[in-house]
Amino acid sequence: MKTVGHNHPEAKIRREQSLSSGASHDPHRFLKIGVGLVILLILVLFAAILLGSEKLSFFDLSESQSAILFDIRIPRVLLGATVGASLAVAGASLQALLRNPLAEPYLLGVSNGAALGTMLAIAFFANFEFLRPLMAFGGSAVATFTVYQMAKSRAGMNVERLVLSGVIITTLLSSIIVLLTSLLDATKLQSFTFWLLGDLSQATKNGFYLTLIVVVFGTALLASQAKSLNLMMIGERDALDFGVEVTRVRLIIFAAAAALVGTSVASSGSVGYVGLIIPHLIRLTVGSDNRLVVPFSAIAGAIFVVLADTVARTIIAPRELPVGAITALIGAPLFIYLLRKS
Amino acid sequence: MLSIQNISINYGTNEVIKEVDFTLRENRIVAILGANGAGKTTLLKALNGSLRITKGAILLDEKPLESFSRREIAKKIAVVAQENETKFPVTVLEFVLSGRFAHGGVFGWETDNDLQIAENALEMCDLKDFESRLMNELSGGERQRVVFARALATEAGILLLDEPTANLDLSHQAILFRLVRERCQTCNSSAVIITHDLNLASEFADQILLLKRGQVVANGTPDEVLTAENLQEVFAVEVFLDGHPVSGKPRITMSY
Repeated sequence: MKTVGHNHPEAKIRREQSLSSGASHDPHRFLKIGVGLVILLILVLFAAILLGSEKLSFFDLSESQSAILFDIRIPRVLLGATVGASLAVAGASLQALLRNPLAEPYLLGVSNGAALGTMLAIAFFANFEFLRPLMAFGGSAVATFTVYQMAKSRAGMNVERLVLSGVIITTLLSSIIVLLTSLLDATKLQSFTFWLLGDLSQATKNGFYLTLIVVVFGTALLASQAKSLNLMMIGERDALDFGVEVTRVRLIIFAAAAALVGTSVASSGSVGYVGLIIPHLIRLTVGSDNRLVVPFSAIAGAIFVVLADTVARTIIAPRELPVGAITALIGAPLFIYLLRKS
Repeated sequence: MLSIQNISINYGTNEVIKEVDFTLRENRIVAILGANGAGKTTLLKALNGSLRITKGAILLDEKPLESFSRREIAKKIAVVAQENETKFPVTVLEFVLSGRFAHGGVFGWETDNDLQIAENALEMCDLKDFESRLMNELSGGERQRVVFARALATEAGILLLDEPTANLDLSHQAILFRLVRERCQTCNSSAVIITHDLNLASEFADQILLLKRGQVVANGTPDEVLTAENLQEVFAVEVFLDGHPVSGKPRITMSY
């Protein structure tokens, strides 16, 4: 069945293409992409800090400008970066685990689970701020597990079941959230609506520190499972046959994803579609190997949300949009495209 | 060596495998034959511990299969399952390299040695120019050969094959069976093959296990097992039997 000879030009092109999607072929290329992404992230962070309705520079700041810069702008930009990284990494690993490129924290109901957890914490334990991310984590863990159980059947899991289960849980959680919102007093309503859509304007330094810790450990944990994920992505039975402790890997991925989504939702609401767009773009660039997809998604997710938030707070300045509106505007059409393609 | 001792498997209250007992010795090919739903795939899944048995025991090199980790089992037993489609753009080489998972660390990259082994496996399966092709763009038969190449890349001593030739053309069926036999003769390996092709089983297997509703109806050499009565009982069809013109093994001809 050798339709193409070894030295045939087509074969040569194929070999060259293999460099763009092969596993361990060309470490230099991947190093370059990694370094490039980090440099881009740093540039984007600086640009985002300088841009805004109040023009700032790092020098000759008035007292109020300095307050804007250090207490509002910088925490917000940095939080955008950690939230973006969290969501992209969670999306990338959930997709590999569930063998479905359409899996995304927001669409699977994971984000809404976290949102409900956060709201319950705000409604009942308003004085204990530290409970918010914890209850968000609890909410996202319960939502993830429920959707997974619903989507699973003896024949395995298919796209339709997973997406439907996600939709059902998302709408169920949304209606509970709406109910809770209507019970809350009206002055909080506007900020809640924004927050539910994904909003970085309430950024705090503590929120940033927490998400930073979780994203660093979470990404490291998920990257450590990337080799196993490469087999899980092909099939759970295959993975088991070829030596992966499937149950343990699944638990680690679910827990890490729930923690990442939980802490980011607790600090900035449900920024949707980041976990869909970013891993998709990364796979187009470096192929499907999760040892590359996971860390690169983290950096690219950070870049993407910082950029989206910069647009959100400058495009109709001095008024602002929630960043989730921008990411959804980009993500929803991509989702439709991917769904049609599969 | 894999020793299967009186195993039974239940799905709920339904007993799908009943007291199956046989030994897979080195250098041997065992074929499992039986009608659809006879429990062949279920039995095969139990042989590497990916499906839990209800009764009996399976010993791998004289130790209970449960005492091995998944990784240790994967080094000794490789599986060619009925094909699995992936929605991600995985290349053929990446797919075959995943067969080396149990040999490397949990982290890190495959070594040059792994790469070499994967490339050899691809070459053996006549897939040399397929390295960079994407799995989801291959034909069913090509994909099946890649799945087989991945099993070869594990260098495991025992091969479990579930209808490995279902989508293959004649020449690739022959290549696959020849590779399995070569491996069993030269590397002290052994293989269990599920197939519906009675003549291939007759030609290549040293031992045949005939299953009916989860029970072994006959177990022995092709000559002993492939009789008109046995085949009538298991498949409920009338067959003619004569000898293969070259090998002299039983040759089965259906009468419709």
